[in-house]
Amino acid sequence: MIAVDLPYWAQSLLRVLGGTVAVLLPAGTIVYLFLFKMMSFMQSRLGPMEAGPYGSMQLFAEVGKWLQKEDIQPENADKRIFKIAPLIVLVSTFLLVAVVPFGPDAYFTDFEAGIFYALAVSSVSVLGILIAGWSSANKYSLLGGLRAAGQLIAYELPMVLAVIGVVIQAGTMNLNQIVEQQNAGSMFGWDGLGNPYILTQFVGFLVFMIAVQAELTQAPFDMPIAESELVSGYMTEYSGFRFLIFFIAEFATVGVFSLIASVLFLGGWGIPFSWFGWESNNDVDDWMNIVGPLIMITKMLGLSFLIMWVRFSYPRLREDQLQRFAWKVLIPVSLINIMFTAILKVAF
Amino acid sequence: MTDLIDRQKLSYIAAQAADARLNVELETEGMTLNIGPQHPATHGTLRIIVRLDGEQVVWADPSAGYMHRGYEKLTEVRTFPQVTTLINRIDWLGSFANEVPFILAAEQLMEIEAPPRAQWIRTILFELSRIANVSLFLGDLGVQLGAITPVFFAFRDREYVLNLIEGATGGRFHPNFDRIGGLKEDLPKGWIDETRQVMKKLRNFCDEIENLLFGNKIFQDRTRGIGVIPPAVAQQYGLSGANLRASGVDWDLRRDQSLPLAYDKVDFKVWTHPDGDSFARCWVRLQETREATKIVDQLLDGIPSGPVMAKVPRIIKVPEGEAFVSTENPLGEMGYYVVSQGDLGPFRVKIRTASFNNISIVPWVLRGVYVPDVITILASLYFILGDIDK
Repeated sequence: MIAVDLPYWAQSLLRVLGGTVAVLLPAGTIVYLFLFKMMSFMQSRLGPMEAGPYGSMQLFAEVGKWLQKEDIQPENADKRIFKIAPLIVLVSTFLLVAVVPFGPDAYFTDFEAGIFYALAVSSVSVLGILIAGWSSANKYSLLGGLRAAGQLIAYELPMVLAVIGVVIQAGTMNLNQIVEQQNAGSMFGWDGLGNPYILTQFVGFLVFMIAVQAELTQAPFDMPIAESELVSGYMTEYSGFRFLIFFIAEFATVGVFSLIASVLFLGGWGIPFSWFGWESNNDVDDWMNIVGPLIMITKMLGLSFLIMWVRFSYPRLREDQLQRFAWKVLIPVSLINIMFTAILKVAF
Repeated sequence: MTDLIDRQKLSYIAAQAADARLNVELETEGMTLNIGPQHPATHGTLRIIVRLDGEQVVWADPSAGYMHRGYEKLTEVRTFPQVTTLINRIDWLGSFANEVPFILAAEQLMEIEAPPRAQWIRTILFELSRIANVSLFLGDLGVQLGAITPVFFAFRDREYVLNLIEGATGGRFHPNFDRIGGLKEDLPKGWIDETRQVMKKLRNFCDEIENLLFGNKIFQDRTRGIGVIPPAVAQQYGLSGANLRASGVDWDLRRDQSLPLAYDKVDFKVWTHPDGDSFARCWVRLQETREATKIVDQLLDGIPSGPVMAKVPRIIKVPEGEAFVSTENPLGEMGYYVVSQGDLGPFRVKIRTASFNNISIVPWVLRGVYVPDVITILASLYFILGDIDK
């Protein structure tokens, strides 16, 4: 444990700052690295090159542009709700990052039911999207909002079921302890790699990543936005900084879900061969609080690379095909996964 | 195929029955949605009024004319050589192909024929504009379905074709190169070798699109069995081009007509598909692009020497008469009915454009489909607004 005692206000301030950084930094990195640059290279173009070296300041230019834009509200819109909607979506992201552990002591809160809480607050964003679609007084927005509601609720289930496999194996819902279990664990008596759950819960990992793709409304599950059909879905009527908030929330949530996936399946802030005989979180040296966040960000970038790669390559499914995929494929598969995990847990 | 149509009809009837029941219980009501005139899926300003029940289309009605430019009327106050400037802009992606049928009609009235070299170059440029047009369709198809990458490949490779057209004619989009009696100029030096290389690139592009899109499971799920048009219905609505061939009708004006173009000198296959769904329409277009590159290759091998312009009087007066010439344009059959009264300009020109007829099937084919399928069906029917509104 870190031996510094900070007063309560300083701790709170640190946590707020840390949370903001943990949301905005991944969002910015993902947008620049993947949305601007990687997508461009995949599409045989250069992407932004003018603002800063290799266009690295482009994001600030974009933010500046959005802040200058007029804040347009449709005449028939339900104004108050219309204004709140993007904030609800963003708040859900902030709530989500609160339980992610970045190191043995580098976490914001240490919930006993951490993953339960994470899955619960992640669905708050549905409310924001639904009321954004409803209050815009636009038929395209309405269709987009309703699609989003149907889709996000349908994909919540496989996500929860995929996580149950991990929870059974770890025997805890606390994210810190899930990390500990993976890194302190061993495979057949050999503890070099620890026991990252991606090996035993590979099916769960796949289901989780697909469900995350749908939760984030990224292609091939981007029907709520569907530029070619619904113009921009629930975001159609938003402009200026309200659109910016939606935009940040979208990519920050990519980052946060990647963080949670790496905690659940990739061993969190530990890496193979780095757990020097430590038995539990309390034994871990303090320097892991510095190295841990870096490891987490690396893992997050790896996973969000996967998410973005799929997004740039695949066409969009249809709404009924999406529902069929969730109910007929993902949910049965994850139920079978839970069954096998439970049997093996009892057997060993 | 009939199985699919039956299923579509049955699902429609079932949906209607369910809605009627719901209407009694919950008092739901439909929603009228204007897709367009400004909408990303309409390639311009087509407006489609859709009556929705949930996400299902009850009826759809296309409303054209937001971009009407009155070209038929404008031709009456132009001289014959000036008309090509206007009609370039009808189907703006395959401009050169628009000029050919009009020039052929005028030549027919004047009873002159372009020299063989001019005919061959016309055919080559005709096919190049087909490639430029349809390759953009193949990329845009991805965008309509939500895949953002193919369109950039399409723009990249279409650029090579546009460079070729620019090299030969001086204009990238609106060549205005065809003259009554031949062509404005001969081909520049080195153009033929470059064209051969570009055709290779375009074949690679077709393979790339085939791997990226057509082999994709999601793409197939989204297009197979969607928007099925049986051959009889396709013929009733006057569809032409790839839309008709995708319904299994073996009909191609390049092969079935003897015009003073070089198509009878080359060996090419007319692709058809028995299904008549969105996938078939896209697939036929892909194969046609590939076939067009082969046609160009063959034409380049046997291009004859000689002049590119026949002996034509300096001031062109077309003798009295009427002529109708139509060709197989990138979008389908495009024809000009030209009436001349012996003046400098035409007395009346009726333009038969492919997209106008192709889009007329929209109310029939969109009935009972879901909103996302509206977009795929419209994309696969492939229209260009200039070609609808003239």
